[in-house]
Amino acid sequence: MRLTVFIALRHLLARKRQSVVSLLGIVIGVAFFLAISSLMQGSQKDFIERLVDNSPHITISDEYRGVKKQPVEDMYPGALVELRNVKPLTETRGIRGYRQIVEELKRQPGVRASPVLSGQAILSFAGKDVNIVLNGMVPEDIRDITTIEDHMEQGSVDDIIADRNGIAVGKALMDKMSLGMGDNITLASSTGQVRVFKIVAQFQTGRSDYDETQAFVDIKRVQALTDRSNRANTIIIKLDKPERARGFAERLEGRIGYKAVSWQEASEDITSTLVIRNIIMYSVVSAVLIVAAFGIYNIISTVVMEKHRDIAILKSMGFRAGDIKEIFLIQGALLGFAGLVAGLPLGCGLMFALMQVRFKPPGLTEEISMPLDWSAPQFFIAGAFAFFAALFASYLPARKAAQVLPVEILRGGM
Amino acid sequence: MTETLLKAENVTRTLPGDVPVTLVRDADVEIKAGEFVVVTGPSGSGKSSLLYLLGLLDHPTSGEIQVSGVKTAELTPDELAAVRLEKIGFVFQFHFLLPEFSALENVMMPMRRLGKKSEQEMKERAAQLLTDLGLKDHIHKIPRKMSGGQCQRVAIARALANDPMLVLADEPTGNLDTAASAAVHGIFRELASTQKRAVIAVTHDMDFAGMADRKIHIVDGKIVKD
Repeated sequence: MRLTVFIALRHLLARKRQSVVSLLGIVIGVAFFLAISSLMQGSQKDFIERLVDNSPHITISDEYRGVKKQPVEDMYPGALVELRNVKPLTETRGIRGYRQIVEELKRQPGVRASPVLSGQAILSFAGKDVNIVLNGMVPEDIRDITTIEDHMEQGSVDDIIADRNGIAVGKALMDKMSLGMGDNITLASSTGQVRVFKIVAQFQTGRSDYDETQAFVDIKRVQALTDRSNRANTIIIKLDKPERARGFAERLEGRIGYKAVSWQEASEDITSTLVIRNIIMYSVVSAVLIVAAFGIYNIISTVVMEKHRDIAILKSMGFRAGDIKEIFLIQGALLGFAGLVAGLPLGCGLMFALMQVRFKPPGLTEEISMPLDWSAPQFFIAGAFAFFAALFASYLPARKAAQVLPVEILRGGM
Repeated sequence: MTETLLKAENVTRTLPGDVPVTLVRDADVEIKAGEFVVVTGPSGSGKSSLLYLLGLLDHPTSGEIQVSGVKTAELTPDELAAVRLEKIGFVFQFHFLLPEFSALENVMMPMRRLGKKSEQEMKERAAQLLTDLGLKDHIHKIPRKMSGGQCQRVAIARALANDPMLVLADEPTGNLDTAASAAVHGIFRELASTQKRAVIAVTHDMDFAGMADRKIHIVDGKIVKD
C-alpha cells in the first residue's frame, strides 16, 4: 500500500467516532442527492415522454406565421412596393391541398401524417346539451397517429372503421350525460347541420377535462357536419425520431407556407420551466452535500491541528510538503469514496421506497406511482459530486498541513 | 584522513520582527565521520537552534552549511527533505513517535518513504534495529504501551533506519532516568566509534557531555568554546 494512503487510513481509523460521523454526513447527502435528483429527472423524463407520445410531433395548422406575402412582392423582390387596403380573401378555412401534403409526407421514411378537421359541436341527449370538440380523422390513421387506442376501455378504432357513423367518446362525458355503449347521440354544428352518431367506443385517458370534452369520428362526417367539404384544419405528424421534429417542421413550413409547430416549440415555456426547476433542485440537494463537506473540512482541520507535531516529525524525517498534503487529501478522498459507496445503496433504498408511494394528482382519475430515473448518470453525478465535495473540503486543511514549519513546532516542544 | 560530513561557516540565524532576535551568531562548525560531539550551554543559548540549522530543518539568515560537500543553500525544500531522509537522523527530547503506529512501523516509516528496500527487508531491518536496542519483545507495541526509555530507544532506531551518516539529538536523555540515559549514551558511543557515524547531541546533562569526544559550548548564540 502506498505510504501516504497507509498513514491517512491510520489517522482515520484512530478517530473512528469522528470519522464515522463525518462519513454519515456524506452517506446521507449522497442518498438524498440521488433520490431527489432521480425523482426530479424521472418526473421530467416522464413528462416529456408523455408530451411526445400523446401529442403530435408536428402540427400543421391552417394559419400563417407572419403576414402572407402578396404575389407582387415575390415578383419584384427588393423593390419598393406599396399595397393599400389589402384584406385577406374570404374563404372557407382549412388547409388547401391537404391530401397532397399528407401523401407527400407519407412517402418520406419514418414519417406518419394524417389530416384532422376539428370543430365545436353541441351534443344533445336526453334533453341535455353539452359543448364538445369533435376530432374528425381518417379512421385507418387514428391508431398510427394517436395513442387513443391505448386508452380504449370499450370498443376500438376498428368499430369506427366498421361503422362510419360511429363515435368514440370519453368515459367522463358518458358518465356526465348518462350515455351507454350503442346509444345514438345528436350532434349539431355552428352551421346548423345536425347528424346522429352511434357510440361505438369509450376511452379514458385519466385527464378529466380531455375525457369530458373530446370525441373522435370519421373526418368525412365532420366535413359534412361543419359544411367544409374536402377541408382539414390540421395535419398531425408523428416521426420515428421525435428529436428531429424542430428541424423537420422548419423545413416543412418553408415549403408549404402553413404554420408547422414542432412539439419542442409548442412546449418551449414548459421546458424552460423544467430547466429552472432543475437548477433549483440541484441547488437544494447540493446544499445537503455541501453541509456534509463542511463536516469533512471540520474533521480534517481538527486532525491537522492535533497532528502538528506528527507533521513536524514526518518532515524532519524527510517527508516533503507534497507528501503531507497528499496524506490529508487522501483522508478526504477516502471519506468521500466510503460515503459514496455506502450512500449509493442507501439512495437506491430511498428510491425504491419512493416508488412504492402511489397517489392521485389533481386532474387525473387514476393513481400513479412516482416516476424515478434509474439511469447511470444519476448515480455518477451523485457519486462524483460527493467525492469531489469531500476532496475539496480536505484541500484547505491539507494545504495548511503542508505549510507547517517543523522547526516552529519542535522549538515549542509540543 | 577522516571525511568531513558537515560544515557550517559563519552561520547566523535571526528571527525577524519588530525586535529581531539572533538565535545563532557566526557559528563555524566542522563535523567529521566518527565524531561524538555534544553541544552544551545555558537554557536559551541557541543550542537547539544550531542543531536545527545543522539538520537542515531551519534556514540560516546568513552563512553556509554544506552536507558531504553539497551547499545546502542552493537546494529546494524537496531536495533538502531528500538530504534529511537519506543522510540525517533526528532524535528529540520527547520521543515524538507517531502514536497510531507500532514501534516496528515507526522505525519502518523513513525506510518506506525512501522506498529502496522491499517490505520484507524493511521489516527485517527495523526488527533488527529494535532488537539491537533491547526492544525485541516490544516491536509490535504502540508508543503509549511503552516506557519513556523504551520509546526513546525506538526513536533512536527510527533515526538510524535509513543508515544516516549524521545523527542529531536534541536533549535525548532529558526525560530519562540514569539507567536509560546511560543506555542511550552507550548507543551513541557505539554509533560513533564502531559505525563511524557522526553524532551531535545537545544536552544539559554534564555526565552525558563528559563522555563525548568533543564539546561545543554556546552562549547567547555564539560558540565560545570548541
